[in-house]
Amino acid sequence: MPVDIDIAKVARLARLALNDEELAGYRQQCEVILEHAALVQTLPTEGVTPTSHPLPRTNAFREDVITECLDREEVLAQAPERDGDYFLVPRILDEP
Amino acid sequence: MGYEPVIGIETHVELTTNSKMFCGCPADFGAPPNTNTCPVCLGLPGALPVVNGTAVEYAMIIGLGLNCEVAPRSIFARKNYFYPDMPKNYQISQYDQPLCVNGHLDVETGAGTHRIGITRVHMEEDTGKSTHVGEGGRIQAASHSLIDFNRAGVPLMEIVSEPDIRSAEQARAFVTELRAAVLRLGVSDAKLEEGSMRFDGNISLRLEGSEAFGTKVEVKNMNSIRSLQRALEYEIERQTALLEAGEPVVQETRHWDEEAGTTSGMRSKEEAFDYRYFPEPDLVPVAVDHQWRARVADSLPELPAQARGRYIEMGLDGPVATVISRDIEYGSVFEAAVAAGGDPQTVANWLTGEVTALVRRTDLSLAAGPIDGASLAELSAMVSDGRLSASAAKDVLAGVAAGEGPPAAVAEQRDLIQVSDTAALEPVVDEVLAANTDAIQKLRDGDDKVIGFLIGQVMRATGGKADPGAVTELIRSKAG
Ligand SMILES: [Zn+2]
Repeated sequence: MPVDIDIAKVARLARLALNDEELAGYRQQCEVILEHAALVQTLPTEGVTPTSHPLPRTNAFREDVITECLDREEVLAQAPERDGDYFLVPRILDEP
Repeated sequence: MGYEPVIGIETHVELTTNSKMFCGCPADFGAPPNTNTCPVCLGLPGALPVVNGTAVEYAMIIGLGLNCEVAPRSIFARKNYFYPDMPKNYQISQYDQPLCVNGHLDVETGAGTHRIGITRVHMEEDTGKSTHVGEGGRIQAASHSLIDFNRAGVPLMEIVSEPDIRSAEQARAFVTELRAAVLRLGVSDAKLEEGSMRFDGNISLRLEGSEAFGTKVEVKNMNSIRSLQRALEYEIERQTALLEAGEPVVQETRHWDEEAGTTSGMRSKEEAFDYRYFPEPDLVPVAVDHQWRARVADSLPELPAQARGRYIEMGLDGPVATVISRDIEYGSVFEAAVAAGGDPQTVANWLTGEVTALVRRTDLSLAAGPIDGASLAELSAMVSDGRLSASAAKDVLAGVAAGEGPPAAVAEQRDLIQVSDTAALEPVVDEVLAANTDAIQKLRDGDDKVIGFLIGQVMRATGGKADPGAVTELIRSKAG
């Protein structure tokens, strides 16, 4: 059951810079996964409720209470670049 | 044949919970940059989100307030995209199974009542806030951007309307009513200037009478209700001109420029966004049973539309009732004044007229200020028993607002009490009639217009303090 994958697009969406050899390799691996998924999709599922989660649990909530935050200096120390109390990021080309 | 606008609005509302949607960081506005963060809202590897139960309940309150059905089961989804103000590189949102669907909001305009469908109300998390550094803060001209993650993860509700809106004016009325409803529901402060309420518009045109939709344009970056209306008006003009010239409307996102008063297409994307939504594996479904739904539904406060109906039954005309019902403070002052015996329409007229002007002119706050239900009721009584003229009442109101004391004291101090006592007015009326025998003759001959002139003379003689009603009666009885 061959599955058509635009592997270059998948890489672009994940912001991965892959060379041709890598693209070919990942393409093969993704194909195996998708072929398996396609096989699963042939199962008769009429009358079966969609399962988004395997756990038999719902409503795992927390109380609306404030907990301690991280220290700002510790947080900003992880940033590639900072400007004062802010993270500095390169020019953004467009709104999402 | 003309074109008909087809408009839908997407509104985002931040909730006023104590903590964020999926972590315990404070959700408040205005903290020093990057102080309200933790591994969850910074998207650090291995951190796991946990849903804020209060946020779910607030979302349900909004949904039920907008007449939605609450889904018995709903799930969160990951919306994948890369943007520097979103540290996880995905936003936790809801997609194909949102919490609330199929609602509506009734909206009043001068043309009547319009029912605007609400497609869905779903839960998601806000992003961080970026400040673009460089020319005029504009994104395209920026050299770099600064990010504050305090807002990242704040509970955000997306309210999507059906494309049921047919004019920029209706769109304005819709968001005004929606904001009033959210404020009444008490789950968001809905401040446009702080961004806790924001909206985007989708607009297309079609030939009047046509059922098919035209090409849709999304308009963003409107920071006030007024700019939303202006942006839509501009788009209607722009798209009409294109269609009339036989040119196509391009499906795109356009940016509203407040200063220029125009919209412009944003840089065309190399690749259309492909969000690759999938169920959020870190969060289990939300299940709302009948009891939970019923408890929330029973606790809903009165909504603006319901208050409006009640005010109309109390005798207010529609437009004034709409204005009062949309503002919690006006509503409570109005109701207190009427409960204390004030005449509903008189009190409402002051609130929407003089008091509104005073609030705009000065820094008068209704919540804290001296203008309250009791003072408006007292003022209303003074007008109805003739102690104050309608125009003097406005002076008294200004005095009360300025802190000069309660209405009766202000009226005394400003010497505005009307004379309606017949014994006091009679000598003045006699004098005026004696000096104007021609006019009396005309009145006797049936020329009723002349009475206005005679009343004016008495008013002048008393320095405007005579009660026109009492004067009219006196003149008629004497001329009779
Ligand atoms: Zn956090």
